[in-house]
Amino acid sequence: MPKITYVENDGKSHTVEVDNGLTVMEGAVQNNIPGIDADCGGGMACATCHVYVKEEWFDKINKKSEGEDDMLDQAFEPNKFSRLSCQISVSNEIDGLVVDLPKKQ
Amino acid sequence: MIKTDALIIGAGPTGLFTAHQLRLIGLSCEVVDNLDKIGGQCIELYPDKPIYDIPAVPECTGEELTNNLINQLKPFDIKFHLNERVDEIKKENESWFVKTNNGTSFNTPNVIIAGGVGSFEPRKFTPKECEKFEGRSIFYSIKDKNVFKNKIVSIFGGGDSALDWAVELSSNSKVNLIHRRDEFRGAQSTLDKVYELEKVGKIKLFTKYQLKSVKGNDQIDSIDIEHENKEIQNLKSDYVLGFFGLIMQLGPIANWGLNLNKKTIEVDTEKFETNQKGIYAVGDICTYPGKLKLILSGFHEGALAARACFKLARPNEKYRFEFTTSSKKIKDRLGVKSD
Repeated sequence: MPKITYVENDGKSHTVEVDNGLTVMEGAVQNNIPGIDADCGGGMACATCHVYVKEEWFDKINKKSEGEDDMLDQAFEPNKFSRLSCQISVSNEIDGLVVDLPKKQ
Repeated sequence: MIKTDALIIGAGPTGLFTAHQLRLIGLSCEVVDNLDKIGGQCIELYPDKPIYDIPAVPECTGEELTNNLINQLKPFDIKFHLNERVDEIKKENESWFVKTNNGTSFNTPNVIIAGGVGSFEPRKFTPKECEKFEGRSIFYSIKDKNVFKNKIVSIFGGGDSALDWAVELSSNSKVNLIHRRDEFRGAQSTLDKVYELEKVGKIKLFTKYQLKSVKGNDQIDSIDIEHENKEIQNLKSDYVLGFFGLIMQLGPIANWGLNLNKKTIEVDTEKFETNQKGIYAVGDICTYPGKLKLILSGFHEGALAARACFKLARPNEKYRFEFTTSSKKIKDRLGVKSD
């Protein structure tokens, strides 16, 4: 099972196994990782599952969905490595993915 | 002070259907919502997105669902208090005293929280010093556009609100429009207008910039904006407007003495009552073993909470279960003919 690492803003790191086919957001919610709210439940209708993908991983994960950037406009302190974690699907290819969590959602 | 049998907090689908259920069984109710329109998340987050799991409705959008629910409430003249947030709830004798941020107050034996994931609040600027300028030099919505006349206004955001206000204010003010990327998500026609106004020097456009800091004492004098490549520019500004959409905050609900589980309220599954007698929670905001965050679950929860309200609103009467197909009383309330 692919391992995903979530690094909280204060540096606290959580590495968990996430089933193939789930999203990085679901992996966080199912493992009670703080810092990802996912208010809309994965509908790409809010911007509360915002993460910063580590630079070396950014081009390896699936590309942004249509409209994802529009939602990211509303995220807290977005930058060029910002993604909505509900739009990143987990597969063996991204085993070892590291995402940083913003100060707040 | 408004006296009502039940007060519903939240005008989303669950709140609307709960109002229907209350009126059907002969109770009065009023609805409070922080948004400026009826519909909750359905109307604010996904008005155009199709929903496929409303029983007996194969497909409808958030907006259609809201309109259908409003139509279903037509027989009842229900008072909605929009643009108001419930700030305070306290026990007064056997009933609840409820007050909104606008000062509207209610006296009711039953409060039904149908608040989704909390109330929608504008997303705000990051720099800490912004808070002290809020309401004076920094705004997240516009009440009186005349204050900006002949001033320098820096507008942040890439959606319709930011673009519309940039165009609107550019006739009487100097406008800077600042956005974190090159693409805007607002309507193309407005965007074309913005580019035209930029050409004639009415709007200055700064893309790939975000707000870094604001400077000034009582009022803002200038702001620093930072480019993606870390370059900083100082812009003289009298007013700063931020249009970053809305975020849902649990808000004052957290202070009402309810048992919370993360951002949800614990309820029983008989009455959907919280740990406080006469306060119920239904829809996305409630939690219990097996809870599904579906609109259809909210309808069920609201129907049961409405029946529970009857007992507290009419302590000397006995609730009698009736069907809409056969009850003359219900048909009278709906204003339809009985056979």
